[in-house]
Amino acid sequence: MAVTQLVGAKIHRREDPRLITGHGHYIDDFTRQGAAYAAFVRSPFAHARIKSIDMTDASKAPGVAGVYTARDFKGQLAGTHPAAPAFVAEKKYIPERFPIAEKEVCYQGEIVAVVLADTKGQAADAANLIQVDYEELPAVMDTEKAMAKGSPLVHQGAADNISWDLTYTGPEVTEAAFQEADVVVKEHILQNRLAPVPMEPRGVLAEYETYDKKLTIWMSSQNPHFIRLFVSGAMGLKESQVRVISPDVGGGFGSKISPYPEDYLVPALSRLAERPVKWIETRTESLQNATHGRGQYYDVEVAAKKDGTLLGMRMTQFLDVGAYCGTFTAFQACTCLMAGGAYKWKGISARTIGILTNRVPTDPYRGAGRPEATHLVERMVDLVALELKMDPVEIRRKNFIQPTEFPFTQNFGLVIDSGDYDKALDRALELVGYKELRKKQADLRKQGRYLGIGISTWIELCGFGPSAATAPATGGIALVESAQVRVTPTGSVIVYTGTHSHGQGHETTFSQIVADQLGVPYESVELRHGDTSEGTAFGYGTYGSRSLAVGGVAISMAATKVIDKGKKLAAHMLEAAEEDVVFDHGSFHVKGSPDKAKAFGEVAFASYGMNLPEGMEQGLEAVAYFDPPNLVWPFGTHIAVVEVDAETGNAKLEKYIAVDDCGNIINPMIVDGQIHGGAVQGIAQALYEEVVYDEDTGQLKTGTMIDYLLPGIGEIPPLSLDHTVTPSPTNSLGVKGIGEAGTIAASAAVINAICDALSPLGIKHVDMPATPDKLWHMMKGASK
Amino acid sequence: MKLKVATTVNGRRHEHEVEPRLLLVHHLRDNLGLTGTHIGCDTSQCGACTILVDGKAVKSCTMFAVQAEGKNLQTIEGMAKDGELHPIQQAFWDEHGLQCGYCTPGFIMATAYLLSQNPNPTEDEIRRGLEGNLCRCTGYVNIIKAVQTASKTMSGATGKKATVAAGGN
Repeated sequence: MAVTQLVGAKIHRREDPRLITGHGHYIDDFTRQGAAYAAFVRSPFAHARIKSIDMTDASKAPGVAGVYTARDFKGQLAGTHPAAPAFVAEKKYIPERFPIAEKEVCYQGEIVAVVLADTKGQAADAANLIQVDYEELPAVMDTEKAMAKGSPLVHQGAADNISWDLTYTGPEVTEAAFQEADVVVKEHILQNRLAPVPMEPRGVLAEYETYDKKLTIWMSSQNPHFIRLFVSGAMGLKESQVRVISPDVGGGFGSKISPYPEDYLVPALSRLAERPVKWIETRTESLQNATHGRGQYYDVEVAAKKDGTLLGMRMTQFLDVGAYCGTFTAFQACTCLMAGGAYKWKGISARTIGILTNRVPTDPYRGAGRPEATHLVERMVDLVALELKMDPVEIRRKNFIQPTEFPFTQNFGLVIDSGDYDKALDRALELVGYKELRKKQADLRKQGRYLGIGISTWIELCGFGPSAATAPATGGIALVESAQVRVTPTGSVIVYTGTHSHGQGHETTFSQIVADQLGVPYESVELRHGDTSEGTAFGYGTYGSRSLAVGGVAISMAATKVIDKGKKLAAHMLEAAEEDVVFDHGSFHVKGSPDKAKAFGEVAFASYGMNLPEGMEQGLEAVAYFDPPNLVWPFGTHIAVVEVDAETGNAKLEKYIAVDDCGNIINPMIVDGQIHGGAVQGIAQALYEEVVYDEDTGQLKTGTMIDYLLPGIGEIPPLSLDHTVTPSPTNSLGVKGIGEAGTIAASAAVINAICDALSPLGIKHVDMPATPDKLWHMMKGASK
Repeated sequence: MKLKVATTVNGRRHEHEVEPRLLLVHHLRDNLGLTGTHIGCDTSQCGACTILVDGKAVKSCTMFAVQAEGKNLQTIEGMAKDGELHPIQQAFWDEHGLQCGYCTPGFIMATAYLLSQNPNPTEDEIRRGLEGNLCRCTGYVNIIKAVQTASKTMSGATGKKATVAAGGN
């Protein structure tokens, strides 16, 4: 593509003026005349039978418009919660799930009743008056216990609490590698359960127009088109009768991808009550019910030669599904396919087991499967290095896939499109001052101080995805992306995309691409997204770092189609042959005669006129769908420097270096912002965050921001960033995703640094979160 | 039972009858239509609802509306004047101090209070001054830069007025 001044430039975000002045439009800022407010009654138990529900007092309470239980929705909603095949095509057991429980609740927070009232306060008051008689049932809150014989069952239909058990590659694949090994290193690695916690909770406002039979849903969603698909199906409506509008979205991180019970119930309530209905999630509802991420542990062993050559890996993923299969819970099994990381292996044996527990379902959370893969392989490589007394840098270099080997087919048949792993590592080592740091570390050790350096040479697969791979994984609809570019008679441009920003700045970056390509002023390009009634027939949403690498490319393709039509028309206007017309910097001109030219705006205006070439229709617009030939493969090196306090066990992050490669960069300011936020989420997993349920009572103990520890402004040191640029050969823009990269890289860097710091004490592995309490006990235990 | 509450918000006087239990943040959002003040946690951790009450930063979910009787309130909507951004807003824009933007009004108001008390804070003082606000997108890196930039602009250290950045629409 023609790169002029916009692509690659630090353009200020055009979203910001409204957001910094308090004029953004988030879901809670919307209402409809006559709206009723919904308040949900939720199970206080992790597992219980519903014996009876007494709604007498609630239905008489002031302002109450209606009180509903599961029975009321039976004729309103059909089907069960969608569980995509994702990376596990065949599952053993997918529990049936209706959006509101009728006889049994399987996790704390599951909906059992709902009240509609004229105000939020009245709805909440009346919900408190509903008396539910429960018979408590045994619950299982832990995956290891759930797999043990005699465990309480989450659902009677799964006698072993197993939702899936899939062996991608058996032990035979690694037999030769392990026979050849000089050393075998084993570890049990935990991935703490996390809450995504976007600052804006979820919310739904729905208006069903009884006589038009039309439904409009306003909600905070990363993919409104999929919500339209699911909700219309469940409500027995045609997709064309339903419009889903997702306005400014206050963060998502994966938790606003899948449909939720309230996404069905609030529209159904609007149809039942014949008035608009609004519900905004409280923070406790969010921590209790929004899908969690991670929640896994791994048994891993790695075989290597004395000289550090990696040979084989055997790994099993034990994944906490929760009480029901989330729509994309099984996506997280991609850890198995990515377990080899940036290295060459003779064989990898991989198995995933999905285990049901009485906790809220897990689903993708920023990185989804890929942070787990990075954490696993980067930890194991460090453990091999420790065993062989090798420098962690040296072992990585020795095993990297080399730049000349791309495209590289890895152990699971995935083709890594490009990479130059040494280059990013070199730059990161230079930035951190590696050699001096090692000297400093040795000096500090003599003083009894524990400084550690942790390296994470991460890779990622993202940009979902080729139709061949993703159509089976979603149950039929391939994750391609659509775009429409429409040029108005006066030459301004409206761009529609099926992706939807929740903080990534698409309005800015996608306009940069189009303005550059069409050679029109940036200000005359407008991006529209988040509304299923605008643009192409279907959009595929924002997740998996796909918006630019798939959606941005679709936009660029649509712009190319516009130029192609423009060329035909310009040739007609210039009385030249079409093949003699070239388009450059917003002008169509005859090859070799730059004076014989028509500006883009002139051609746009003419396209709505009467003097068109034979057979050409009026207008200047185009639709494009991009089905990428492969995924894209960003990579980089993050280095964390941590000092662990011998007295308190506090791990203080002293320095953090991130060198990332996402191919060509559209807007470096936005890319850096994504790395900052992403890395901090990974750092937070390593040091602070963990969803905790009481093992005995099944109560969520981290149900408010008082108890769930998000990093504050005091915790995070300045991050030093740099980039290398290895354009992706997979798409015409040469771009790769960057939204999840920071999170994918960071936890391994921090934990490797802590383990490096504590290695003099014989401590080899630390599970997340590495809290002061945990480290203090480990250090005391080790020094005895 | 309803009680009268009279407040001055962004220079305009308002009188309402409200339930005694109504939180100030709901009063601002639902009765006055000032939806720039956001609700992020319900337990006074996140700071998204921070406003100025008689010049002091207050989480507006920690006050009842009736407690604001006679008070002078400033919300995010009162920061820009005549289409001209406040230097703190400009600095958040310039430094990419926001992504999803949900926490941003709270951060801007907390910054306004911080800089009114300490016009040239050190990085450490910025961190302590804004510890009551949470952001999930930025990792705080560019928020700190934005506060530093705002501090410079407001104290005239750069000697030039904030300009509208390229690419605005």
